[in-house]
Amino acid sequence: MNIVNFTPISAFLGGSLIGLAVVIFFVFNGRLIGISGIASNFLTSKDNRFDNFLFLIGLIIGPIVYKIFSQQEINITISNSFYLLAVAGLLVGAGTRIGGGCTSGHSISGIGRFSLRSIVATITFMIVGILTVLVKNLI
Amino acid sequence: MNKIISLICGIIFGIGLTVSQMIDPAKVLGFLNIFGEWDPSLAFVMIGALIISSPFFHLFKNNKKPIFADKFSYSNNKEINKKLIVGSSLFGGGWGLAGLCPGPAIASLALLNLNSVSFVIFMFVGFYLVKLSDLTTQAR
Repeated sequence: MNIVNFTPISAFLGGSLIGLAVVIFFVFNGRLIGISGIASNFLTSKDNRFDNFLFLIGLIIGPIVYKIFSQQEINITISNSFYLLAVAGLLVGAGTRIGGGCTSGHSISGIGRFSLRSIVATITFMIVGILTVLVKNLI
Repeated sequence: MNKIISLICGIIFGIGLTVSQMIDPAKVLGFLNIFGEWDPSLAFVMIGALIISSPFFHLFKNNKKPIFADKFSYSNNKEINKKLIVGSSLFGGGWGLAGLCPGPAIASLALLNLNSVSFVIFMFVGFYLVKLSDLTTQAR
């Protein structure tokens, strides 16, 4: 193991903002933030559809607001392979719905409530994610 | 009022993903690359989010109602079953392949990156397929 690109302060600050969003949504609207739940319910359920839509629009506006205020470009490195993105997208979409949550729903909203179910889910997807990266790097 | 809250929470969440750089799949893949060049940053995102959110869950869980809604509505499912493990494993596989989970994937649409768009479309197809299969199981 070799530690690289470690940015603990910006990670902690960004994480705190994510935590703040979770708190406001909970205290004011009485709901927990789980992005996979909000996004899939927006697609498949009439309940709270407009609320879910506005949340998702906000999620897209967020990076734009950051860019305007920080005057910094947001650079991302994403795979160019359409097939990899298609398979990964399907797995993430189906997997989060079968497992009832993603990194936000299980790892933040769930673990924050000390839910054992969410702790088990988080450990599971982290282990599989780590193994996937390990195998990918070997190929 | 709760519509405005939804929008504001989405914006704050999106800024958080950008500040923490979790919007960048390379950063997430760096975290999952424990056996290689490891970037532990994502752990600090979780710590930050939990330090802020967890105390409030415990302070407010006995409150009768939230400020702008009639009741608290969230799943209190405690079941640890095969579905949880299978679903989380599939998710972990997709997460490790592309370095994207639902939040960062949707937020990255702001960057008008075609690869993000492809991922998000297939993610929604995945949501829909599970919904379809749930409906067929219920109909049986």
